Amino acid sequence: MAAGLHESTIHELQEKLRRGDVTASEITEAVFSRIEAVDGRIKSFITIMRDSAAACARRADEAIRAGKAGPLTGIPIAVKDIMCTKGVRTTCGSRILENFFPPYDATVVRKLKEGGAVIVGKTNMDEFAMGSSTETSFYGITRNPWDLGRIPGGSSGGSAAAVAAGECIASLGSDTGGSIRQPASLCGVVGMKPTYGRVSRYGLIAFASSLDQIGPFTRDAEDCAILLNAICGYDPLDSTSVPVETPDYRSFVGKDIKGWKFGVPREYLIEGIDPEVAGLMEESIGVLESLGAERVDISLPHTEYCVAVYYVIAPAEASSNLARYDGVKYGYRSPDARDLIEMYRKSRSEGFGAEVKRRIMIGTYALSSGYYDAYYKKASQVRTLIKRDFEEAFRKCDVIVTPTAPTAAFRIGEKTDDPLQMYLSDIFTISANLAGIPGISTPCGYTGKGLPVGLQLLAGHFQEGKLIQAASALERNAKFEKRRPAL
Amino acid sequence: MEYETVIGLEVHAQLLTDSKIFCGCSTKFGAAPNSHTCPICLGMPGVLPVLNRKVVEYTIKMGLATNCRINPEDVFARKNYFYPDLPKGYQISQFDRPLAEDGWVDIEIDGKKKRIGIIRIHMEEDAGKLVHDETSPFSYVDFNRTGVPLIEIVSRPDIRSPEEATFYLRRLHEILVYLEICDGNMEEGSFRCDANVSIRPGGAAEFGTRTELKNMNSFRNVQRALEYEVKRQQYVVEGGGKVAQETRLWDDAQGTTLSMRGKEEAHDYRYFPDPDLVPVAIDNAWIEEVRATLPELPMEKRERFIGEYGIPAYDAGVLTATRALAEFYEETVKLTGKPKIASNWVMGDVLRYLNEEKRDIRESPVKPSSLADMINLIERGTISGKMAKEVFEEMYRSGKGPEAIIEEKGLVQITDEDALKKTIEQVLAANPSEAEQYRSGKQKLFGFFVGQVMKATGGKANPAMVNDILKKILSGR
Repeated sequence: MAAGLHESTIHELQEKLRRGDVTASEITEAVFSRIEAVDGRIKSFITIMRDSAAACARRADEAIRAGKAGPLTGIPIAVKDIMCTKGVRTTCGSRILENFFPPYDATVVRKLKEGGAVIVGKTNMDEFAMGSSTETSFYGITRNPWDLGRIPGGSSGGSAAAVAAGECIASLGSDTGGSIRQPASLCGVVGMKPTYGRVSRYGLIAFASSLDQIGPFTRDAEDCAILLNAICGYDPLDSTSVPVETPDYRSFVGKDIKGWKFGVPREYLIEGIDPEVAGLMEESIGVLESLGAERVDISLPHTEYCVAVYYVIAPAEASSNLARYDGVKYGYRSPDARDLIEMYRKSRSEGFGAEVKRRIMIGTYALSSGYYDAYYKKASQVRTLIKRDFEEAFRKCDVIVTPTAPTAAFRIGEKTDDPLQMYLSDIFTISANLAGIPGISTPCGYTGKGLPVGLQLLAGHFQEGKLIQAASALERNAKFEKRRPAL
Repeated sequence: MEYETVIGLEVHAQLLTDSKIFCGCSTKFGAAPNSHTCPICLGMPGVLPVLNRKVVEYTIKMGLATNCRINPEDVFARKNYFYPDLPKGYQISQFDRPLAEDGWVDIEIDGKKKRIGIIRIHMEEDAGKLVHDETSPFSYVDFNRTGVPLIEIVSRPDIRSPEEATFYLRRLHEILVYLEICDGNMEEGSFRCDANVSIRPGGAAEFGTRTELKNMNSFRNVQRALEYEVKRQQYVVEGGGKVAQETRLWDDAQGTTLSMRGKEEAHDYRYFPDPDLVPVAIDNAWIEEVRATLPELPMEKRERFIGEYGIPAYDAGVLTATRALAEFYEETVKLTGKPKIASNWVMGDVLRYLNEEKRDIRESPVKPSSLADMINLIERGTISGKMAKEVFEEMYRSGKGPEAIIEEKGLVQITDEDALKKTIEQVLAANPSEAEQYRSGKQKLFGFFVGQVMKATGGKANPAMVNDILKKILSGR
């Protein structure tokens, strides 16, 4: 079946644009027709930017005619509604920012615009990125394009679903504990969380500042490299972005992985992994071995503490990061408060959803006088041990292989009443955020019900190139037939 | 019972950087509300702080000037609390890893030196200001001050009286101003002070329960508030009560302190390291670079003035009040070689004229070189001290040099011995009976003759020479 324009990859469209086979306006039109056709069922978007996208596509066509096209010129890209877009409503999935129009662009958004990308809209997400299913959004749930009764994963569920459903060519998400990789896995697309500090966080609405990182959702590893090239790099506006050289990630595509060592952490082979998921991972490891790579057994001894450490550190930072939403300066202010304390209390009670409030309370508690040492401080110390686990492991292998999530997409509402079960869906992804290392989820097959499953690859700090290289090798030698969701 | 007062001070000083601590907005005071703001200092979603390195440099300066240890790795922490003037809901400050620790300054009261310990100096951002309109149901917030860099200097509880407290404060104030890192303006809030006060029975080893005093915006008010609070605590204790741990506000109009919040309402600030900022690394090279820029500090300068110029401690104190004044004085001394005379002129006429017009020494129309010229003219006998007063006034008004004024006004002193002799003889001839009386023992009349000579010369006669010649003639030698 021939792919429609909206189902193409960035590199395919680049080629078509270069040859003049298609215009940016046609591509954008194709994407918006698709959004019109399917978004009523999926609800990937909170805000659709049809007019500005059309104008942007026309400018892209002029640039192409003038021979000034960049790698993203004319490519329709969706952006998670956690990244600030100048003059375009940015809600973070929350009622409290229902009417927030930032007067500035996030650095990544500025880079997309400068690169000629056509921003098609702002995608749905769990409120303040707190969730693994995109069910906590104030703006409604997003459905998995592979099965509309299931969740797309989260928190960047809208960005993952939009790429899977052909509502954009690629998208940006953010990943604090797996919020790019897990929905990528559940929606059958490629999703990467880069090294902490690789991509500027300026303009990314903070959930947990020491863990948050922006990354791409794409249809293949090459597109991942193209989008990463466009957004990475040191930013003087983000003190935690790192001034190290950025290679051309596209140059890693298609290189062979002969002699590489792939580490499989024994602590990750836990009960609770769906046997189908485990089987698909084994199949992928078989592909890697067939390409001349070696499987090695490794240990990450502090794995069992990852979820606990994460659920102390992330809520602690969040409790402070979300203090600014107080009804004073912007965002939601309760209309019937009579004094200052009541204004704070009502605005925040009415403006935030249940999961956000739960995490603010957990975080506030963890930082409180008398509990700080037992929770936040202890968690920070264990975090250091988790980092060391990875340093040790990467002495023995090039890349670590794990499932991205323990199961394929679960049903809508299945875990909403059980936060702990929900938290466990990030069990394999959280450690990379704690350690600050990059991770990618790349499709590795389908379950018997036809749901996509992803494989997670992790590498050392600033080794995104290795992830692109390994993911591209797997993709080109996959034993399964690539499918598209039937919509 | 005798009580001992125990005081510790927390001083906040605004640093004189051009831009704010974490964004590029101006720090200038007095602009239209919210005109010096941007998404960063307004705490909008997704923005990030970037540290202004000048703030670190200035804080190192203060740390070195107060004998602190400069910590090689300094961490910013978030101090979490809700208030409308705090846009992020937390203040970026420092907690367990401040920039400077364990220092001291010496104060001197009535010639007795005392060392006051400094626990720490840390960097932080200032908050905004609430503007209340009594006629409206709303309050307004001005975020211009939000993000202006502050340092907080925390003393040890080494201070034993309100007087010592004000001496310590003045000491910190003059150091900050000397270092040119703070303008020291208490009215505009660039230099603010909170105090922790307790009393204990004389000789007791344990501290009493302390109260924290706020809202004292002048040196005088700090002293008044502390004096009041010490008396209040004594009254409470002597009445059989217990001092409550609380925060109290100084009420300037009433001259009292009032309870603001008790221990139960005290904030739990939930400090934790700010994940948006990386630790600040300060190596020895940086410390030494800053150390090399340190000026001579006021206390050292005072001691040097006493030793090197032989001027009284009082003079040294006045002349070292600011760096510019001390420089003015030293320049004058250099050009005259007369430290005490220079001191008299600077402390006297120079400061009097400037103070009358509330002008700074740097704005003085009389520069050290002209003042020195004038002093040298007095020393050479060209003009008398009395004439010099008139010359100085004219120098101050017109900005002209002393020679030009002397010439214009014909003020040159008569030092020609023959001319003076002639005048004196004329005076004696015109007053024969007085001359007779003098010779017959009425010595008091000497002053009368001097006066007559000065009158005859229009005040231009050199008084010393008049004395000499008059004595000689009257004694018939």
